[in-house]
Amino acid sequence: MSGAGSGIISDAIAWLNDPLNWTGPHGIGALTVEHLGMSVGAVLLGAGFALPLGLWLGHRRRGGQVTVLLSNVSRAMPTLALLTLFASSAIGFGNRAVVIAAAIFAVPPILTNTFTGMLEVDADVLDAARGMGLGPWRMLWRVEVPLALPVIAAGVRTAAVQVVATVPLAALVAGGGLGVIINTGLATQRYGQVLAGGVLVAVLSMSVEGILAGTQRLVTPRFMTAGRTSRQPVAALPAT
Amino acid sequence: MSAGQPPNPWLSWTYVEHNWGDITTALSRHTTLTIQAVLLAMALAFPLALLARARPRLAGPVLGLSGALYTVPSLALFAILAPFTGIGRTTVLIGLVAYALLVLVRNILVGLQGVDPDVLDAARGLGYGPTRMLLAVELPNALPTIVAGVRLATVSTVALVTVGVVVGYGGLGQLMFRGFRSGYRAEVMTSSLLCLALALVFDLALVLLGRALMPWARRRVAA
Repeated sequence: MSGAGSGIISDAIAWLNDPLNWTGPHGIGALTVEHLGMSVGAVLLGAGFALPLGLWLGHRRRGGQVTVLLSNVSRAMPTLALLTLFASSAIGFGNRAVVIAAAIFAVPPILTNTFTGMLEVDADVLDAARGMGLGPWRMLWRVEVPLALPVIAAGVRTAAVQVVATVPLAALVAGGGLGVIINTGLATQRYGQVLAGGVLVAVLSMSVEGILAGTQRLVTPRFMTAGRTSRQPVAALPAT
Repeated sequence: MSAGQPPNPWLSWTYVEHNWGDITTALSRHTTLTIQAVLLAMALAFPLALLARARPRLAGPVLGLSGALYTVPSLALFAILAPFTGIGRTTVLIGLVAYALLVLVRNILVGLQGVDPDVLDAARGLGYGPTRMLLAVELPNALPTIVAGVRLATVSTVALVTVGVVVGYGGLGQLMFRGFRSGYRAEVMTSSLLCLALALVFDLALVLLGRALMPWARRRVAA
């Protein structure tokens, strides 16, 4: 295949310039909408589990080992293993299974950041709140959550980007989303299309990351960004 | 499962016996690919990290690029590489090295930057030159962060190899995919468990290696 590089690039450009590839039920537009829909579903599902658990563990200020263990296991577990295991079980394959698998991988970053964010709330602030007579619920919602919010949001952002990067694997187990373009291209040996699909998926992931990072910067109040260094989300991992 | 169908257990020793050759081939490919990728990435990461440290202006772009490449999904990276590097081992290896490189450069740089300035000052006062300083003072002090980076890179590399399925070279992922295609539960489960076990073994080996390299860390805990 050496020497065919430039031909493949022009094939990819030609493929991207064909309006027929953008419209229709299997066009880039429809696949992107499907991709984003699956991603939103997975993040909501993952957050619905990880946020309450992280808030509870963080409020009680214990359970650090659980979060570390979860994130370590999820690092070693390939997404493909989970997807093929689901496909062979009652969960089946297709988009629903992919959403569940992606949601499972969205849990560790949200859980870890929620827990860490809650732990980082200044003990003196909690003490002052307790002195003012705040009960556990008001303490959680009026003091701990607002102060931990930037770190929690960073975790959700990491999870969202990771999910958008995981969903392309759906194409391997008969699911939808932009990965379909790559998979079809590989199956039919149209490498221009494979390259175009790869670029589309990469652009989508980077756009989601950029939009979320910008939103986070806009939404965070100025006083919360000054003099704090722990805004970094936990290290993102490539989708496996 | 209805009564007429043949049994399809999750675990089956018969499967392992009958497919011993395939399993060992996939496992050894997975293992060698992981080791090769991490070693190559380390060989590249050290000079890059040292360069980024010597020229602080480069540190921002180096770390920024690492973050940007991390948002590129592995499937997309393999798809972008495949037309140029072909189907097979080379493409997977390049992708794996790229991802591992990012973790390693970041951790080596952070580790070197985290060395106590007083320690560096003391070494300088003892007349240590730059090379000896690096080898005898800075690297040993940065070792815990570097080892943490190598562990992270290795474990995620083991998982990433499976995505190599798209270019026909996914190690144990190849078996997962074949099992999925034929609806053979034992094949999917066995290869998934082997993959997890491989990550665990690598991680454990690195923990032990780290302990052997850093006897002082152990003594500090004991004290």
